[in-house]
Amino acid sequence: MIQPLLFAQSKGMVSIKGSRYIPLYGRDSTVVEVKNFEIDIYPVTNADFVSFVKKYPKWQKSKVIKLFADKSYLTNWKNDLQLKDSEKPDSPVTYISWFAAKDYCECQGKRLPTIDEWEYVAMADETTKDARVKASYNKQILAWYEAPRSNENKIGEHPKNVWGVHDLHGLVWEWTLDFNSVLITGESRKDGDKDSNLFCGSAAVNATDLMNYAAFMRYAIRGSLKAKYSMKNLGFRCVKDSDLK
Amino acid sequence: MTLKHTLLKTKPFVLSIKLIASVLLLMTACISNDKKEYENSADIPVNREMLAELTSPPNVPTPVGKRKAKKLIVKMEILEKEGEMTDGVKYIYWTFGGTVPGSFIRTRVGDEVEFHLQNHPNNKLPHNIDLHAVTGPGGGAESSFVAPGHEKVFSFKTLNPGLYVYHCATAPVGMHIANGMYGLILVEPEGGLPLVDKEYYIMQGDFYTKGANGERGLQPFDMQKAVDEKADYVVFNGKVGALTGDNAITAKVGETVRLFVGNGGPGLVSSFHVIGEIFDRVHVEGGDLINENVQTTLIPAGGTAMIEFKVDVPGTFILVDHSIFRAFNKGALGMLKVEGEKDKKIYSGEIRDDIYLPEGPGIQSMPTTGEIIASEIPAKSFEEQMEFGKQAYMQTCFACHQAEGQGVPNAFPPLAKSDYLNADVDRAIGVVLHGKTGEITVNGQKYNSVMTRQMLSSDEIANVLTYVYNSWGNSKKVVTKAMVEKVKNSK
Repeated sequence: MIQPLLFAQSKGMVSIKGSRYIPLYGRDSTVVEVKNFEIDIYPVTNADFVSFVKKYPKWQKSKVIKLFADKSYLTNWKNDLQLKDSEKPDSPVTYISWFAAKDYCECQGKRLPTIDEWEYVAMADETTKDARVKASYNKQILAWYEAPRSNENKIGEHPKNVWGVHDLHGLVWEWTLDFNSVLITGESRKDGDKDSNLFCGSAAVNATDLMNYAAFMRYAIRGSLKAKYSMKNLGFRCVKDSDLK
Repeated sequence: MTLKHTLLKTKPFVLSIKLIASVLLLMTACISNDKKEYENSADIPVNREMLAELTSPPNVPTPVGKRKAKKLIVKMEILEKEGEMTDGVKYIYWTFGGTVPGSFIRTRVGDEVEFHLQNHPNNKLPHNIDLHAVTGPGGGAESSFVAPGHEKVFSFKTLNPGLYVYHCATAPVGMHIANGMYGLILVEPEGGLPLVDKEYYIMQGDFYTKGANGERGLQPFDMQKAVDEKADYVVFNGKVGALTGDNAITAKVGETVRLFVGNGGPGLVSSFHVIGEIFDRVHVEGGDLINENVQTTLIPAGGTAMIEFKVDVPGTFILVDHSIFRAFNKGALGMLKVEGEKDKKIYSGEIRDDIYLPEGPGIQSMPTTGEIIASEIPAKSFEEQMEFGKQAYMQTCFACHQAEGQGVPNAFPPLAKSDYLNADVDRAIGVVLHGKTGEITVNGQKYNSVMTRQMLSSDEIANVLTYVYNSWGNSKKVVTKAMVEKVKNSK
């Protein structure tokens, strides 16, 4: 059901028309410009990743270099090429390190989205490009945070957003290229301190929308990660620069 | 000195223990017997490793007693899981150790605590821990920020004795606390706290749900209510009824009880009180200051109190936040059940139930059930309606709406020349019948209060409304019993 769709929709990507917008944490809390790009309609699935490791054995769980993936890497796989019986091929792939996700995208001629690109597409709901002011938008995202084992669901079961992109919310967290460039440190109450100007942004004091606590949690999870981490609730999707200027 | 005092002021007891201990130590010659005093807690040496005993509320670990300072290993797991706030109301709690409040940690001054914070792989969110017992940046939060499926380790020296709160401090901090991420860590002084018969762990917290108090189903967290500090639930130990009925804490007459009480907040301070018991000693705010003979002790959000008392008589003693609507309407209610012999000298119990009639038998009694006894003498004329209506008004409505129907500014709306009243007679009847909660606008002024359902018969409602409509410049409407019955039966 999913596969034909992917082929039908020009390699499974849609074009995103870039624009200026104010993210929850801006660089200096100001407007950010997002250029045109294309994004995967769905997160990368287990089946996609099985094909990938067949082609690139260095990312198989027994062969992966320890520096690039921690012990949890593909822990839901039976062996190097097979999922555990409990896992579905069309669930989003998780237990993936940033290195693996990045390489996957690059091997497809794509790359990981930046935080700004990801947040820009993800602030849309089914009808509006910037739905952040709507109560229903936050409510849906938060409902996901409270739903256990959502990573085991299939892709594409949530309605697509106004761009035509599925599952940005509701299944898994997703890796971004610069996931650690906006830092919520371990001590998130101090992040407004200018001491942390080593990093591009900081937490609460610099946030533009203190009620957008769903977004807070996304920034928090990104801040807690290291590139070799592999997590049950963390997958990814790819983007590429657009030819449209 | 009473028995009560000897039990709590345990100096003689402690001395005797010391004596025995030193005799024992003298007999085992190779163990150093230097009773060295350390001016600075940081200099207290640690001696061997030990895995900390962690307990779920309302239990506490074994007292530290005379043990030497150790390297104490604390392993605490973070679990995000569904629980029940009250019957039929589910909530996703974020927990330290699977419970709200989190596991109780018991240490002594000079311990070097090696803290292992473990974030379960099934969790969705990163977390950390800020222990108020830590001297160091973020109370440990800085070193313990941990992604799901990972474990962070950091270590700290317990420098100050006292009872301390710990909590999660990951953004949005308030939300992590509001979802239950708090607990207590006790740092006992050198030589331990005086021994008591029973010790319990109780922690208050306020919860904010999308639905109102009691609304069933899985209730998500409501950030706006939390920001406004309008709690739907204020509870002890994470849920309504965590300390009542079969879950009540217990003691026997004559026993000494110590309560380690914390307040996780996030928003509200607690006026902690035990109905029918006086606290013999309170470690104010969990510190060294001792207050004696206390009725209610204030526990700040993010603060604690250690409360000690001896139970003298049997019965059920109710633990409350004496901001009392929280206790009886939002859940901040627990029970201490005390078994044993009655002591009539201290408390007699009910002795007699006599009739008391200050003004003779003509006085109107309050109906004791939901059944409303219809007025036996219906009004036969408009004049009688006005007369009976005025009586009913003076008994039932006067206190809030005042003698001339002028109301109380900002609290109770006026009835005199009231546009709200005059606009809709059926609505007015409904308000008297069913009560009214929430915001209304009367003569351009907003009111937001509660009028309870009135215990009046249909005749009495007809009379009192006729009186109101025909007084103070109102619309002179006459309300009949039939009109009241119509509204009553319309639902």
